[in-house]
Amino acid sequence: MQQGQLMRAMRVSLLLCLLALCLPGARSLAAGVNEAALLNEKPARLLSEYNLFSDGPAQIPVDGVLPYDLVTPLFSDYASKLRFVHVPLGKTAAYADPEVFDFPVGSALIKTFAYPADLRAPQKDVRLIETRLLIRQPDGWKAWAYVWNDDMRDARLKLAGKRLHIETIGLDGGPLEIDYAVPNANQCKGCHALGKTITPIGPAARHLNRDYVYREGVDNQLLAWSKRQILSAAPRPQDAPRAANWQDTSEPIDRRARSYLDINCAHCHRLEGPASNSGLVLTFGESDKRRWGHRKRPVAAGRGSGGYTYDIDPGKATSSILIFRMKSQDPGIMMPELGRSLVHSEAVTMLEAWIDQME
Amino acid sequence: MRKSAQRVGILLVVLTFGTAVMAADSVTVLPGPDAAEQLQEALITAEPGSTINLAEGRFEIIDGLSLDIADITIRGVGMDQTILSFDGQKGGGEGFLITSDNVILEDFAVENSKGDGIKSKAADQITYRRIRVEWTGGPDETNGAYGIYPVESKNVLIEDCVVRGASDAGIYVGQSENIIVRNSTAAYNVAGIEIENSKYADVYGNTVTHNTGGILVFDLPNLPVMGGHSVRVFDNRVVDNDTDNFAPAGNILGMVGRGTGIMVMANRNVHVFANTLKNNDTVHVLIATYPNDFDDDNYIPHPRAVMVRQNIYEEGGARPAGDVGDIISNVTGTPVPDIVWDGVVPLTEWVTWTSAEDRIYIQEPEGTTFANLKMIQNTLYPWGASPDRAIADYAGTLPEPKAVTLPQLKPGN
Repeated sequence: MQQGQLMRAMRVSLLLCLLALCLPGARSLAAGVNEAALLNEKPARLLSEYNLFSDGPAQIPVDGVLPYDLVTPLFSDYASKLRFVHVPLGKTAAYADPEVFDFPVGSALIKTFAYPADLRAPQKDVRLIETRLLIRQPDGWKAWAYVWNDDMRDARLKLAGKRLHIETIGLDGGPLEIDYAVPNANQCKGCHALGKTITPIGPAARHLNRDYVYREGVDNQLLAWSKRQILSAAPRPQDAPRAANWQDTSEPIDRRARSYLDINCAHCHRLEGPASNSGLVLTFGESDKRRWGHRKRPVAAGRGSGGYTYDIDPGKATSSILIFRMKSQDPGIMMPELGRSLVHSEAVTMLEAWIDQME
Repeated sequence: MRKSAQRVGILLVVLTFGTAVMAADSVTVLPGPDAAEQLQEALITAEPGSTINLAEGRFEIIDGLSLDIADITIRGVGMDQTILSFDGQKGGGEGFLITSDNVILEDFAVENSKGDGIKSKAADQITYRRIRVEWTGGPDETNGAYGIYPVESKNVLIEDCVVRGASDAGIYVGQSENIIVRNSTAAYNVAGIEIENSKYADVYGNTVTHNTGGILVFDLPNLPVMGGHSVRVFDNRVVDNDTDNFAPAGNILGMVGRGTGIMVMANRNVHVFANTLKNNDTVHVLIATYPNDFDDDNYIPHPRAVMVRQNIYEEGGARPAGDVGDIISNVTGTPVPDIVWDGVVPLTEWVTWTSAEDRIYIQEPEGTTFANLKMIQNTLYPWGASPDRAIADYAGTLPEPKAVTLPQLKPGN
């Protein structure tokens, strides 16, 4: 995606601020991550207390916090996302597949949601919305959301969630209003629960196995993580699985579609996930056709079925429940239930093509 | 942020049998412009063992509420006094989601949620007591699907509740075990009470009226939990079920004919007894095989070991409706008999016999009418098939499942 560019542009724009040296939220560039704050059972009230960024508003991380990106990201109402990982010095995350890596206590996954003033120019006039933290504590992962203050200097803990009104320009050049929902602590679990415990979604081998533009140059993320000794026992990138970028038309459409469904749906739609009772399993590795929706009838879909018989009606995207629900903006129908208020129409178009060519 | 939920911090000293002393924290949330945020924050920050009190009044909620902390009681002042209104709901698949164990919900109402009303998933020991879930505009296909909706749960108690207007099932217990649904009222839903893919359930003392279908005991294919069994449906009033089916198109319940009193589909070991059935438009009791094609080797589509006994049948079956109503009445004429079985058995049994422990048994008062539709014959050679109305041939008994006991109903608990 364009997040490399976004980062760069933000760095430039923030140079000015740095020169002013007047931001109370900004900390010394030299200071490291506040490990004690990460391990504190109670979340910090302000994001700056963790000292994850040398410049929070510009999203420039301190040493020990590494930016990363995913092959195919989760759609969140067209928000840009800036992702970072922190693993305590001297510890490593253990490579795993297909599950996410096993991160050591003290690790943090950091994701900032942002909107540019115009989605067609993602690097310009970026407004930070919220930064979500997943922190690996001794008794498991903790999930917290911090909403950026209007002055963009710091972000404040928000336990009960919040609705924000966002106005920007859409990809089609028209005005786009977004009723953005910051999740509450339970809604975090709505996506991040595996069984009864919270788990990350993104940092799995197949999602990370791609190049990233680091300050030092381009490198494969699995390699970079291994070199920096935050990841252990990773195979060579060519021997590790790789999801498909859903927008990459050089990939087979089956891989693009399953990849998209994997990152967008499978955190719930898996046997251990919140949507297990539906019987619909959308993990990348699910090979049972019926389970991933092929001529599968709905169970408890209510009016979510839209009058259609199958989740995926091969050859007929227009009568597939999966498409119907992805196109809906009605809370009683729409899928995913959380994290979007808009329709990801570009992805829907791709999934329609996938179903239409299906036998 | 604590200023939000009025943290009363009362030490509640409860003396049970003069010995046990329990101290618990209590929080009270009042209606008002910030009530939704305060309530959600209370639900997130509550200490296990505490009570969240909801004051009298109307709480306007725009995002789904959720609780994931064990040992919590949420208590309003009455199902008509404390109302969580979701008229303006913007997000969330249900009004209220509970994912933790040992939770008690008492004395409040959830109105007009966009999706389901109250859902509890993967919860052990969940109690719904004097809870009302209602879509206040009456039956409408745009109403949410389920009112009270425990799923993949264990030790489920639903008592003295009221559910109206669900576009699927008012009280729906799915993929769960150890269940009591009692003394509740389900009205103007597509299905009043549905027990689906569940085992060990007692459904009794309920009033189920003006729904499309009254009480349904179903087992469906392609689900993580299948093989529902050991269900007792007794002492219910299943009367005046006469609402046109308003399930959204495509819904499995769309097939239920208007006024199907009690329906058993698939499942094993289901006992239906001492219910009062009256003025159900299509049929009082229907025993049926799952009608759709399916692809699931582990699924048994036939009802097995069903015992129907000593129910009270009054007028009914006079206005059969829907596809199923038509299929039945085309074979039986009207009024449709009190009890109808489609007669579909596995083909191997059709050419041989069904062993005694798997059969359908009917033991009813003199004058009860019955038809085995013999749908296999009816499909193969419709010109020569006629229903079997010889109710006496189905006499017999099956061992009844034991009464369900729940840990939350044990004295001292």
